[in-house]
Amino acid sequence: MSARVPADQELDLTLRVNGTARQVRVPARRLLSDALRHDLELTGTHVGCEHGVCGCCTVLLDGEPVRSCLMFAVSVRDHEVTTVEGLTPDGGDLHPIQRAFQECHGLQCGFCTPGFLMSVTGMLAGNPTPDRDEIVEGISGNLCRCTGYQNIIAAVERAVELSAAVDGDGMSRADAGERAPGRTRPPTPYGAAGPQVPGTARDGTAEERPS
Amino acid sequence: MKPPPFAYHAPATVGEALDDLAGLGDEGKVLAGGQSLIPLLNMRLAAPAALVDINGVAGLDRIDVAAAVTVAATARHTALERHARALAACPLLGQALRHVAHPVVRNRGTVCGSIAHADPAGELTAVLAVLDGTVRVERAGAAPREIAADEFFVAPLESVLTPGDLVTAVSFPRMHPQAGSAFVEIARRHGDYALCGIAAVVDLDGQGAVSAARVGAISIHPTPLVVDCGEVLTGRPPDDADALRAAGELVDAASAPGGDLHADVAYRRQLTRVLTARALSAAADHARTRTQEAA
Repeated sequence: MSARVPADQELDLTLRVNGTARQVRVPARRLLSDALRHDLELTGTHVGCEHGVCGCCTVLLDGEPVRSCLMFAVSVRDHEVTTVEGLTPDGGDLHPIQRAFQECHGLQCGFCTPGFLMSVTGMLAGNPTPDRDEIVEGISGNLCRCTGYQNIIAAVERAVELSAAVDGDGMSRADAGERAPGRTRPPTPYGAAGPQVPGTARDGTAEERPS
Repeated sequence: MKPPPFAYHAPATVGEALDDLAGLGDEGKVLAGGQSLIPLLNMRLAAPAALVDINGVAGLDRIDVAAAVTVAATARHTALERHARALAACPLLGQALRHVAHPVVRNRGTVCGSIAHADPAGELTAVLAVLDGTVRVERAGAAPREIAADEFFVAPLESVLTPGDLVTAVSFPRMHPQAGSAFVEIARRHGDYALCGIAAVVDLDGQGAVSAARVGAISIHPTPLVVDCGEVLTGRPPDDADALRAAGELVDAASAPGGDLHADVAYRRQLTRVLTARALSAAADHARTRTQEAA
C-alpha cells in the first residue's frame, strides 16, 4: 500500500511557483487554482467556470499551459508552476505578449486575459511563428465575452513580432519567457527543461474551425 | 464547485497502485490526467471516497512503437501528438487527436484515460475500435489481461473494468503502410463534444480501387461503432459516389443514435451518412498519398 492521506487531513506541500518554493498546508482536494489564489494570494490566476471550459485559470506546468481548476495542488509537488505574475518576475516591464495585448486592445474587462496570456505563452514557446489558423487553434480553449477575439488574434500576431524584435536586436533580456526565433521549445521561464519538440507535420484533412 | 473530500493515495509503483485499488474496492477511483474526472468532482456528480493518483508512478508515461503504438497510463495526449514515429506508424492517431478538446486540455489529459472513461463521444475510442486495438488491464494478484476494443466498451461511460482494475496501457496496431485514414467530425464548436464523428481506414489495390474499408463512429451509438464497408466499396474506385452513399447508409443502419437539444436523431443520421462518405473519401486520398510516398 502506498502513502495514504485521509480525507479530513491536511498536507504540508512545497510548491514551486514562479521560481520560488512556497509552503502551503491544504487538504488533498484543494484545486491548484484555489491554492494559488487563496493560499498563496496570487490572484492573477482567475477562476471562471471551474470545470475546464473557460480557460481563465490557465497556468504553465513545466512550461506547458494547463487548467489549474482541473488539477489538485498536491499533484504539482514536483513540478514548476508559472502564473501570470511570473511573466514579469521582477515587477519590471511588461512581457512582450502583455505589451502586444495592450497595443492591440486585446482585452476589455480583462477577466479572461491572464488565461489568454498563459495559453499564448505556451503556444509561442512551442511554435514561435504560428500562422493565423494555428493561433485560432492555440486560443480555442479560452473564452472571451468582450472582444470578439479579433483583437486577441491581432495581439498574438503582434506578440510574435515583438518577441522577434526583442530577440533580434542582440540585447540579452534577463526576464525569462523571451523567445528566440528558430528555437522550437525553449527552457521554461525558470529553467526546468521543456518537453520535447513537436516534430510532426499536420495531415491534410479538412477541419472545421470557429469563425 | 469544489471537489468533495477524498482520501488521497500516491503510489510510486504499479504494484502499489494495484494494492491500493484492491484495498479500496468500489470506493477507489484512479486519477490520471483528471480532465474528465475533476470536472465531475467539481460539479459533485462523482464523490469517490478515495483517489489513487498514478501520476507519480515511474515509467507509466511511456510511448512505445513496435507492431503497435503502445501508450502507457500517464502519457498525455500532447506527448502522443508530438511523437513522430507513433504518428507515422498510425496516422489516424494524429488525425483524431486534433479533435480531442483543446490543446491546453490535451497537455494534461491522458490517452488511457480517454479510453477508460468510455465516453461514446470520445474520439480515441473509435480509433482504438476501428484499428482493432487492445487495452491492457492489471489488477492485484492476477495476470495482466489484454482486452480487445470490441469487448472493452459496454455502454455509455461503461467498460468491462471492475473495481480494482487499472488500465496500464492501450495499443493501437500499426496501420498497413499503404493504408490511408481520416477523422472527420461535426461539433458545435471546435473542441466540443462531437455531434457525430467518423474515423475511416481505407486500403487500395494496385489499380487504385478499394480493397478494404472500415469505419469507426462516435456519438451515434452507445459504444464506439465499427462498420466494415468492404461489401459496398471493395473493387470500386474510391470516388464512386454511389458506393460512398451506400457506405453511409450502411453505417447509418448499424447505428442507434440518441437525440438531444443540440442534434435530434434525424440530424445525427444525416451527419452519419454525409460524414461517412467524406471520411472514406479523405482516407482514400490519404492512402494514395502514402502509397506515392512509399514508392
